[in-house]
Amino acid sequence: MPKLLKKVKLENPQIEIRISGFGGQGVIMSGFIIGRAAALYEGKQTVLTQSFGPEARGGSCSVQVIISDNRIDYPYVAQPRIQVCMSDEAYRKYGGYLGPHALLLYEEDIVRVNKDEVASWGNRALGIPATRLAEELGKRLVVNIVMVGFFSAVTEYLKPESAKKAIQDLVPKGTEELNFKAFEQGYKYGKKMLSRIK
Amino acid sequence: MKKTNPKAKDLNHATADPKGVLTGVHFMNGDQSACEGALAAGCRFVAGYPITPSTEIVERFASRIPTVGGVFIQMEDELASSIAIQGAAWAGLKTMTVSSGPGFTLMMEHIGLAAMLETPCVIIDVQRAGPSTGLPTLPGQADMMQVRWGSHGDYEVIALVPNSPQECFDLTIQAFNLSEEFRVPTFVMMDECVGHMAERVVIPPAEKIKVFNRRYTTLPIEEYLPYRTGKDLVPWFVKAGTGRRFHITGLTHDERGYPTMNAEAQGKLVHRLVEKIRTNAEQIVRFEEEDCEGAEVIVLSYGITSRVASRAVEMARKQGIKVGRFRPIVVWPFPEKRIRQLAGMAGGFVVPELNYGQISLEVERLVAGKVPVTLVPHGGGTVHQPEDILRAIREIVRL
Repeated sequence: MPKLLKKVKLENPQIEIRISGFGGQGVIMSGFIIGRAAALYEGKQTVLTQSFGPEARGGSCSVQVIISDNRIDYPYVAQPRIQVCMSDEAYRKYGGYLGPHALLLYEEDIVRVNKDEVASWGNRALGIPATRLAEELGKRLVVNIVMVGFFSAVTEYLKPESAKKAIQDLVPKGTEELNFKAFEQGYKYGKKMLSRIK
Repeated sequence: MKKTNPKAKDLNHATADPKGVLTGVHFMNGDQSACEGALAAGCRFVAGYPITPSTEIVERFASRIPTVGGVFIQMEDELASSIAIQGAAWAGLKTMTVSSGPGFTLMMEHIGLAAMLETPCVIIDVQRAGPSTGLPTLPGQADMMQVRWGSHGDYEVIALVPNSPQECFDLTIQAFNLSEEFRVPTFVMMDECVGHMAERVVIPPAEKIKVFNRRYTTLPIEEYLPYRTGKDLVPWFVKAGTGRRFHITGLTHDERGYPTMNAEAQGKLVHRLVEKIRTNAEQIVRFEEEDCEGAEVIVLSYGITSRVASRAVEMARKQGIKVGRFRPIVVWPFPEKRIRQLAGMAGGFVVPELNYGQISLEVERLVAGKVPVTLVPHGGGTVHQPEDILRAIREIVRL
């Protein structure tokens, strides 16, 4: 159980995650990394559903992942425990549909989040300049991997080793090192933030 | 004494050719998993015209087949695809084509031909919302009757419906096996949700995968006829180049395969095309049930809807209603015997499906008015709200 979510008693011990942004940001890929890491390297039951079609190639796009210790029958996410917003539109669309005591992770240079509003719902919003961090590595393309690193650090749902194995499986050959660096960037940023919050 | 081919059970089932089996634990979607099922079953020829939401199946097949050894052809359309696979099947290969609603409609003519020639082949339909072009990227389950009745004339088919990526793998293998055993076009009726949903998929080692390989006649040349059958009503194939003659035609034909234009030959042929499935139905049907005997309501659903319905069943049980779950895995032939039995043991049926009433008609026919059957229709494009299914459950128990 992640420290930030410790106090919550879950009626259903399954974790529902939604990652949203615009097509081209690697939103679906980030879902596949999280889903694959949990299913193959953490021994969890995992189901991934995604928005499919022209919207996933330019418009608003989202991917849902459920991770559980038990068999997952119903594969859809209604009120996620973790909502990741990579675009302002995604925040406007999904920001209001969080589960109880949820975490909202967002790209702070792109998404304008009203933190007080989020807090008033009993949720917590954590921002990261993921695109900028990716650009520092020389490739804006890896913004999604930075976000996965941040996700892994603040939610503690994924061991960094598991996430890295999934990244290795899924990214194009020859880009592994860059992607691992991107993961580390996000992960470190998240850990630092976590220590400040404590 | 007249000699016939030995019975099916005298044959040893073979195990899969390891070349096509990607043994291991994977995280993949239903489309990709169905493709792996086809490869594991021994499919070495796919002709297709890619169409959303089935594209990933042919995409994966096209990229995998060069290392496995086989052929993928991207055809000019679905008519060509559905006839090319029959040519390859008659030449000795296990074959498949893949489509969705609009393309599936174009295949109807050749599905009838496959039934008439008794060509073993597998056709996957990843259903999207229709009619016509409908919603290319969004789900439907409205081809369930089309697959059963879509081509003209009398014939029977086999159709299986997976509800998870793992089942897309398992049932595609099963479809190939049934198609070979009964020499009938066999269908895997997926839907966009199951096709694009990713989960853990376990592919066992090749020696753990049972495949049913084609049965070739062993009768001496003078006794052999292309469509002579034993008690199971399924003719055995002839291997080209063994000196035996064969002739195939979409016209009504006799045991020799020659056109025979009379009512007697028609009666004999159609009887066999239909009865080879009907008399073996009990052996073909597969279903999954939970707490159905003595239930106040049974929720009968298939494909993605069975997983949506599970949420409604959970909610109803929390409200103290005794709800059973029934999921046909093979829909054609339909599990008639079991539904008739359950009609006498349960208070009613709720049938949610992404159409305006198809499988529910079959349930109504079998229940024959003994208990209420409530359809929860849906036009497709998304899945049901579990609350809509719950409402139908509550109405039956009059809460």
